[in-house]
Amino acid sequence: MRLVVDKAPFSPWESVARYEREVVTPSFPGKVGAAATFVGTMRDFNEGDEVRGMTLEHYPGMTERELQRILDEAGGRWTLLDVLLHHRVGELSPQEPIVLVAVWSAHRKEAFEACRHIMEALKSRAPFWKKEQLDGGHHRWVEKNSDGY
Amino acid sequence: MIGCSDAVRKPLFEGNSMTVKVKFFASLKEQMGCDGATVEIGEVATAADVWLQASGGKALPPNVLVAVNMEYTDQNQTVTNGDEVAFFPPVTGG
Repeated sequence: MRLVVDKAPFSPWESVARYEREVVTPSFPGKVGAAATFVGTMRDFNEGDEVRGMTLEHYPGMTERELQRILDEAGGRWTLLDVLLHHRVGELSPQEPIVLVAVWSAHRKEAFEACRHIMEALKSRAPFWKKEQLDGGHHRWVEKNSDGY
Repeated sequence: MIGCSDAVRKPLFEGNSMTVKVKFFASLKEQMGCDGATVEIGEVATAADVWLQASGGKALPPNVLVAVNMEYTDQNQTVTNGDEVAFFPPVTGG
């Protein structure tokens, strides 16, 4: 299991491939039957406005604790082989990945359901906040997340 | 608006007091004008009491979330000396 909260831009697809190659496959040779991945990316529009950039604020310490708790809950509810979760903070530009959730399991049901659950729990519980930069130097805090279900 | 330079406040009450660390995040941080304060308060206090002390008596906005020592809770939770009490708007990560 790996949990990353970091300011640096990252490539989720390279992260998944590397983590599977270096950690998951060597740990569970022949046992992996499913991998489900979610990647969230920054849009250049929201609520009818063009969005030029975004600042992702977080609560250091509590963010990691809450994410760890979400992963532990998923591990207790589904039989999982491994999970990789990566979330950006700081300054972002449109098209940059914000979040990656990757789940490995023996069967697809567990991978699909756990990946969805982790992502929705993160959206509703992990203390991150988005501030959008709009045209003309205006800023706007995102007030709530859209419903994922 | 609360200035961060005005971080340490005097206790509301005479008698025994305790110190708690207050944190504000995101839009609430901007509204309050600082990211937190060290608050001295009577030794029997809830998170709501800490809010009142730190905000200078403002009403707690209805959608504000409360965490004590980085655990979600509600405004009625009793706080103890040295606790970290955080107030923030609904989360919007992911």
